[in-house]
Formats: sequence, C-alpha cells, structure tokens
Amino acid sequence: MKKLLLGDEAIALGAIHAGLSGVYAYPGTPSTEITEFIQSNDLAKERGIHSRWCTNEKTAMEAALGMSFMGKRALVCMKHVGLNVCADPFVNSGMTGVNGGVVVLVADDPSMHSSQDEQDSRFYGKFALIPTFEPSSQQEAYDMMEVAFDYSEQQCLPVLMRVTTRMAHSRAVVVAKDEARPENEMNYNAAAANWVLLPANARRRNDKVTAQQAELEEDAATSSFNKFIRPIRPMNPMSPMGKHPLGVIASGIAYNYVKEAGVELPILKISQYPLPKRLVRELLDECEKVMVVEEGQPFIEEQVRGVFESQNILGRLTGELPRTGELTPDCVGEALGIPAHRAEIPSLVAARPPQLCQGCGHRDVYTALNEVLKEYENPRVFGDIGCYTLGFLPPYKAIHSCVDMGASITMAKGASDAGQWPAVAIIGDSTFTHSGMTGLLDAVNENADITVIISDNLTTAMTGGQDSAGTNKFEAICRGLGVADEHLHVVVPLPKNMPEITDIIRKEINYHGVSVIIPRRECIQTFKRHAKEKKTAANS
Amino acid sequence: MKTDIILCGVGGQGILSIATIIGEAAMNENLYIKQAEVHGMSQRGGDVQSNLRISSGPIASDLIPKGGADVIISMEPMEALRYLPYLNKEGWVITSSVPYVNIPNYPEIEDIKNALAKLPHVISIDIEQLAKDNLVPRSANVILLGAAQKALGIEYSKLEEAIRRVFARKGDAIVDANVKALAIGRQAQ
Repeated sequence: MKKLLLGDEAIALGAIHAGLSGVYAYPGTPSTEITEFIQSNDLAKERGIHSRWCTNEKTAMEAALGMSFMGKRALVCMKHVGLNVCADPFVNSGMTGVNGGVVVLVADDPSMHSSQDEQDSRFYGKFALIPTFEPSSQQEAYDMMEVAFDYSEQQCLPVLMRVTTRMAHSRAVVVAKDEARPENEMNYNAAAANWVLLPANARRRNDKVTAQQAELEEDAATSSFNKFIRPIRPMNPMSPMGKHPLGVIASGIAYNYVKEAGVELPILKISQYPLPKRLVRELLDECEKVMVVEEGQPFIEEQVRGVFESQNILGRLTGELPRTGELTPDCVGEALGIPAHRAEIPSLVAARPPQLCQGCGHRDVYTALNEVLKEYENPRVFGDIGCYTLGFLPPYKAIHSCVDMGASITMAKGASDAGQWPAVAIIGDSTFTHSGMTGLLDAVNENADITVIISDNLTTAMTGGQDSAGTNKFEAICRGLGVADEHLHVVVPLPKNMPEITDIIRKEINYHGVSVIIPRRECIQTFKRHAKEKKTAANS
Repeated sequence: MKTDIILCGVGGQGILSIATIIGEAAMNENLYIKQAEVHGMSQRGGDVQSNLRISSGPIASDLIPKGGADVIISMEPMEALRYLPYLNKEGWVITSSVPYVNIPNYPEIEDIKNALAKLPHVISIDIEQLAKDNLVPRSANVILLGAAQKALGIEYSKLEEAIRRVFARKGDAIVDANVKALAIGRQAQ
C-alpha cells in the first residue's frame, strides 16, 4: 500500500508493522509526530499498543526497558536534547542489554530550528557501544524499523535510530506492507544477572559488549543500508596513481544532497554504524581524496581522520562544507564543484520572528510580571523551555535565561543563594512536571527566596498541544513538595484580572521564601481546536 | 515532468493545506513527491515555508536548490520576496496581495508591489476580498491554489478531485466551498 508520509509517520508505521507493543515518549520537535501517529492509528488502537505521553524522556526510556525485559518490543522517541535527560538509562541499557527489541529514536535538529543546540546523537550511540541506524529516505526509515527491532533482539542490544529535522518533517510516498507482524508474547528469558548492574555483573557485561563491537562493525560493512556506489561514467579523469581524484562518504539524508548534485563520483553511503572502516578503506584505496558529507557534527569525518591520512579527508573540518548548520543541496553541490547560484533576498524584506499568539495567557503573565518588576532595582527572571521562551523577544523582553527543561527554578535558587533578589522563575506546566518538580523540592528544603510562576495552559503547547502530565495536579504537587498554602496561588491570566495578579506577584516577591503562583488558562490554540471539535460533533 | 514549488506565508495562514491538496493530486497521478514542512517554534506567527517537489522520476533532495523553484505560492506578499533566491529565471510567483503586518518594521507596501512588478511572471491577487465577496471566507488559500494551477502544470480536474478527497471527511459544505474557491482562483490566472 502506498502512502504519503512524513519521515516521522513512516517510522511510526514501520514500528507498528514490526510488532511494536509500546511507544514511550515526551513531545519534542522534530520527533513528536511519531507518537501522535501511533496514538491515532487504528491497528495500534485495536492492539492496545501503549502510546500515552510520558512525563519525561527518562521515564520513557526506563518504561521501554521494562517492557523489553518482559520480552516485548518498545520504541522510545525524543528530540536530541531529550537524550541528555535519559542519558543514564540510555547508556546503561547498553550494559543490561535487551530482551524484546528496543529502538531509541532520536531526532536531531541541525541549524536549531526549534532547539538550544546542535548536538549529534550518533556520538551517544558510539559512547554507549550501541549500534546506530541513520535512514536517508522516508522509505528507508519505514523499512529500517523492522530490521532495527530484529537486530536489537539478535544482538541483545538497543538500537539507536538517528534522524534529523529534514527527514522527520518531510513527506514522501512510502510503500508499506499490508500486514503487521504479531506482537511478541510475554517472554521472560532474560539472564537476570545482566539486569542487575552491580559492579561484578556490569564488568562482565562491559567485557561482552566491548568484544561485540567488532561483530557490529562487520555487520555494518555487510548491511544493505550501507552501499558502495561506483560511478558508471566517472566525471573526472583518473590520477597518475590510477585513482579517482575525489570520492564521497555520505551519511543519512546528506546522501540525498550528493545525489541531487548529480556528480559521477565513487560514493560510500553510510546508514548503519559502527562506522565500517573496511568499506572506508576500500573507498580510500580507490580515491586520492575523500569528502565526508554528513548532517550534524563531523562524526564520521573525525573517525576517518584518526585512521587514515588526514590531509586527504575533506569536509566540515577543512572548510569545504560549513562547520555548523544544516546541510543544503546548495552547500553540498558547491563543495562537489557545482557552481553556486548567487541571489540575495531583496533588502526590503524584514525578519519575521515567531511570537506568542494573540490571546495567549503567557502574554498576560508577562504583562503583569513586567509591571511589578519595574518597581525593583535589579530583578532577574529565569525562563524555561516552551512557548513562553518567546517572552525574551520584544515587546516583553522579560526573561534573562533559558537553558534546559526545568532550569528556571534551580537557576533562580542558585542566583538567590548568590544574593540575587528578586529571583523569579517562570516555567510551563508540562516543563514543570518534566524536570521542574525536583528543583522545587531543593528550593523548599532550603526555603530559598524565590518566586516561581507555573504558567499553566493545560497542555504541552509548543509541540502542538499534547496532554500535559500534571494537569489538575499542580496545587497538590506543590503542597506535597512542601510549598506553604498561603504562598501558593492560582490566578486566571486575563487583562481584567491584572490588579489581582500584580498584587499577588508583588506580595510574593516581598515574601522571603518559596512561593508559587499558578496562572491558569487554556492555550488559545487548543482552545480553538476544542471549540471546533465541539461544533463538528454538534453538527454531525 | 518535474515541478519544484515553494509554499510560503506566515505561521497559521494555511500553506500546509495547499501542500496537502497538491500532494494528494500528485500521488494520485503516481508522481514522485517530496515535501519538507516546518513544524514547531517557527509556526507561531513567524515566516514559514514548505518545499514541495513533484516529478515523474525519483527525487533526491527534500530541499529545492537555490535558483531551482518553478513556482512560489505565497499567502503574503513580503514572504513571496523572501524566497526569490530559490526561484528560477522563468519561474512564477503566485501571491496574495494582502500584507500581514505583525512586525513593527514591515516595509512600505508600495515598495513590495514594485519589487514584485519587476519579476517576469507574477500573479498578485487579493484573495481575502475574493473569498469574502464569494462567501467562501475560509478558503482564501484554495483561491490562491486555483490561481497557481497552470504554473503547477497539474490539470484543473485533478486538483478538484484532490480537494474532494482531502476535505471529504469534513462534509459537503466544506468540499463545495473549496471547489468553488479553486474555480475563483482559476479565473484570476
């Protein structure tokens, strides 16, 4: 059956067809649509495949490992920075190994379309001694899922599958199977000692997994996803040494940009790691120089330079390709000798940055906060990850930091420890349950002089309105962590409530201890969607 | 055949619906398709674009190289200009003439009109007024699609069939409004 699918959707369908029993994930651009697809897929519903959102990537990774322990197949999805959040279980899942297949799908975001950094997840795969797959097309992404689950079970290791924004969020026609494999039966035959990472067990596993690397590399050398493509009509004359002047190593989606350039060169396409050095050696034996074209950081390039004569290796480290940022057909073409198309954007075109929606409750929160903070000499506001990060931009210019999920509360506490006052944290509802709660406990235990605003719009808004784990539980969570009732407030962020909100913010800043203010009003986007759904339901 | 299309506008203006209709029509014709979308932060009132490539042969890159686009379809006149480096020499620009002003430094509309007028092939229409006048207020984007039909190289009837399939789930009234909008756009070519 032919379907027009996003890369993310192809991955999701591939996983369902591979006999998936559960997807575990926290929303994060550009990975969100994988879990959403499974949530709305009829077969997944019929089979009762687990697809509810998790509180964060660490709880997701651990739940997937638990499912695997019982013999079933589990998929974990996240954006690249989510892998930092679950680095502990991810790396240690290489030590325990798996029983049912586990695929950890990580979507990197080169050029940082919606992210704080450009980290390349392939380094994590190498670091954790875990085989890594990197599809170059939506069809390959679909096909790869089943292979990855099989391989995970065959090697008793999780498989890391790495995609980038352009693969995740690009559609193409995918030929999918008509039938899905059955799910694995519950099958607890795991060697229990592998799963108890006491040093004595872990050392044994470490030796085993380290020794396994040579086999994984040889598997990559013979993988059908890695190909050595020799030119039919080479575009360059052979060198006096009888070699091609230039060859290419292209990985993942970068392979498409090399193909787009239409160059007749020897190409080694890489979509499965550990990097098969045997194939790289073959290419280098046939070429004077080799250009490494890869999306993200110079992962292959650095490894190849370490093994072969580095002056003949070209790529991001030598300036032929840009050192940072997403690849384009333009920069890859130019690096391969295709004349660049020079054209500029007309100078009158102005930048149009994203902004908070009209009618968004965060706007009212920032309006109130800014009005109160005018009264203080050196206020500092510690922001967090979500739509409200846009409060940094005019007209609000309201936040002074944004680092990672949950950092607003802990950074405000650290600043307060250093003597800063007022120290205000602003965090969204979903981000608070993701990683803010533990920091609030630190603050409560020391009665830190901070004011925490949990701007609750009843959803995970930035990624498109997914369920938020803490909805209806925030007052109870804050009380449970020890926030005093008299310093815990709920307000409705609307212009008409401005006097009440500003009074509360002022009073709590002047209170020298932990206070929490929860402005609560539904996200305007989900509100509109819900209204539309109601109308449609009423009409039908 | 091979048509490279840039769809652009401001987040929330409905460019992805246009892409869905073209994609549906192309898939039904057994053409190859690649369509790179923008999701996430930039959808919040910022500039958004989608690269849509349709071809009778396999397509390598998800992104259109600079100077390679055959058509720019823009829901906003300044946004049409932002992607000119991607347009080929004989390419078409099909744009809404109505500025979406959500930034303080939005240029003079006359300057935008002049810049557009310098291009060899431009259709600039007030799709919002047309949508209101013809009582299809929510289908301005499909009027624009109708105006782009010839430039896209897709038969009119194929686009109409695609609209019927894409909107079928939403009921007859919405299908009819969009079919009507497509016809209005066609007149503007």
